[in-house]
Amino acid sequence: MVKTGVAYTGVPSKEELAKIPGMPSEARMAKGPVAVIECVQEIPCNPCEAACPFGAIGVGEPITSLPVLDEEKCTGCGACVAACPGLAIFTVNMAYSETEAAVAFPYEYRPLPAKNDLVEAVDREGKVVSRGRVLDIKMPKAFKQTAVVTLAVPKAMGFQVRGLTPFKPMLREGRE
Amino acid sequence: MRKIETDIAIIGAGSAGLCAAIQAAAAGAGVVVFDENQLPGGQLFKQIHKFFGSREHQAGVRGFEIGQQLLEDVKKSGAKVMLDSVVYGLFAENSLGVIAEDKYHYEVKAKKIILAAGAKENYMAFPGSTLPGVMGAGAAQTMINVNRVLPGKRIVMLGSGNVGLIVSYQLLQAGAQVAAVVEAAPTIGGYGVHAGKIRRAGVPILTSHTIKEVYGKEEVEGVVLAQLDEKWQMIPGTEQDIQADTLCLAVGLNPMTELAWMAGCQFTHIPALGGHVPLHDHNMETTKPGIYVAGDITGVEEASSAMEEGKLAGIAAAAALGCLSQEEAAAKKQEVLRRLDMLRTGLFGEKRKAAKEQQMADMAGWQALTAEKGGVK
Amino acid sequence: MSLSGERRIQEHPILPEVARKQVTIYYDGQAISAYEGEPIAAALMSAGLRSFRRTVKKGEPRGIFCAIGRCTDCMMIVNGKPNIRTCVTPVEDGMRVSRQLGYGKAEEAK
Repeated sequence: MVKTGVAYTGVPSKEELAKIPGMPSEARMAKGPVAVIECVQEIPCNPCEAACPFGAIGVGEPITSLPVLDEEKCTGCGACVAACPGLAIFTVNMAYSETEAAVAFPYEYRPLPAKNDLVEAVDREGKVVSRGRVLDIKMPKAFKQTAVVTLAVPKAMGFQVRGLTPFKPMLREGRE
Repeated sequence: MRKIETDIAIIGAGSAGLCAAIQAAAAGAGVVVFDENQLPGGQLFKQIHKFFGSREHQAGVRGFEIGQQLLEDVKKSGAKVMLDSVVYGLFAENSLGVIAEDKYHYEVKAKKIILAAGAKENYMAFPGSTLPGVMGAGAAQTMINVNRVLPGKRIVMLGSGNVGLIVSYQLLQAGAQVAAVVEAAPTIGGYGVHAGKIRRAGVPILTSHTIKEVYGKEEVEGVVLAQLDEKWQMIPGTEQDIQADTLCLAVGLNPMTELAWMAGCQFTHIPALGGHVPLHDHNMETTKPGIYVAGDITGVEEASSAMEEGKLAGIAAAAALGCLSQEEAAAKKQEVLRRLDMLRTGLFGEKRKAAKEQQMADMAGWQALTAEKGGVK
Repeated sequence: MSLSGERRIQEHPILPEVARKQVTIYYDGQAISAYEGEPIAAALMSAGLRSFRRTVKKGEPRGIFCAIGRCTDCMMIVNGKPNIRTCVTPVEDGMRVSRQLGYGKAEEAK
């Protein structure tokens, strides 16, 4: 029996993601950029709450409560993405274009990709699932060395893509 | 022999020791901190990830930046830090023997002593485990984040607790490959979000697996893994050979309690805290009056809780010297305890909380027994 | 054993650059570039050297294990003095380091 779920694989399962309060509805995702808070374990942590300028993320007391997303207040600005110490927040824009979705994720490797670079977009398991075009790289001082990279990916991949193959020559050469 | 007299001597200039020093010195106590290392900060300068917790715990700030802030605060506090100073003995009447810079011998007399020596990594034996290239995960972390040197190019990590997961991520950030994280238990030990980061980078986490052997002539050349059954026994035929030049062991830590043993402190054995820990009360005071403990020596946790425990010990020691009124001290301690409680909640914190409560119960038992016998001698 | 292979981390995503003074140490007579003040073990590791000593009875190789001065697996002969923990001993310009065989006699130093 193959066991799924974050405790077994390090990757939250579909079922786990479906029941957390940080997940926006499909209808909200179809409308435009929104935060996707993939925080599925109760750990003492709440920087995301203070990071949101719109008050769209609530943790409250106890501090171990899972973050709750208010999808109406959320503008998908991405301020929370670099603030999450667990690198577990993403923004997804399913309305980016007719054919593409835009996915933003935290990125802490160097060198950084450049705008318009074509990269390997990976899913939560690090599997290359599509090509991605770099739309934007943000790294203001407040992000404290965590870059937020936005990729355009095929629309069907908007819910799959959560990163890119690190730009490490060493890793690329040795990759099996 | 040189002599030092001080109100409070602290052993260890890591997260717990420095926080204790800042609190005690701010209250007006004379404080000297001793550390055997060349640089202060303990493990904080290896920790380059953003900390968890709340704003009060400096969540979102990277460990090494918290370390830099602590060093500035210590400087302002007036506490003295003596580096390259090995405390080799803790003798009667709170007297310490110290060798500084490998040549100066000091006798230190202190009214109160705070032991904040930290913890060391556990070892694990298997064929080939002594080969160069097998090292502690913390050792690898020191190499990449403090010394900026890769310990190897292709690494296998044994252990999926937070240390194993975080160091794997940091090895990737430093430019190494991580071939796999191997975990004997059926589930991942650390936070899912730490596991998620390395999974996205393509690193497999193999639960119910262990190291069968490490091979190589002069150094590590490969690692043989095997799957474990429900009784934690290797399943024949499941071996896989992974080419790697380094194996990191992230199989837990144990408190560095030598000085507490030497002083004659009473101990209790709590596996969840890493083994033997010196009994201590709510003030972090051990069974030897005037000797306090803080940080990993009281049970292995993480830097955030070590800092809070350090503050607690610093406040309590300063109050015992009359530097703080009982009311002031009580208010400060209450704040620290509230923050400590927050860190020991949730899916991962509850176990540590229970272990800490067990420690307190053992201490209460010892106190009751001692009272029956007519008090501490 | 390979003496080549630069393992210095050049560009790091998180850590700022630090200014360090470059010096030279000698491993069994061979010049190795190092930074003043870094542990000897780090300098050797940066040159791809990881086998630091041989054990007394079986002559097995040993290298860095704990990197905090506890395990003593990284002991070498430094400037003619045996049993030096290279993980916690800082580099000085011109240092002579050699692999320690067994208990290590001072005269083994090259």
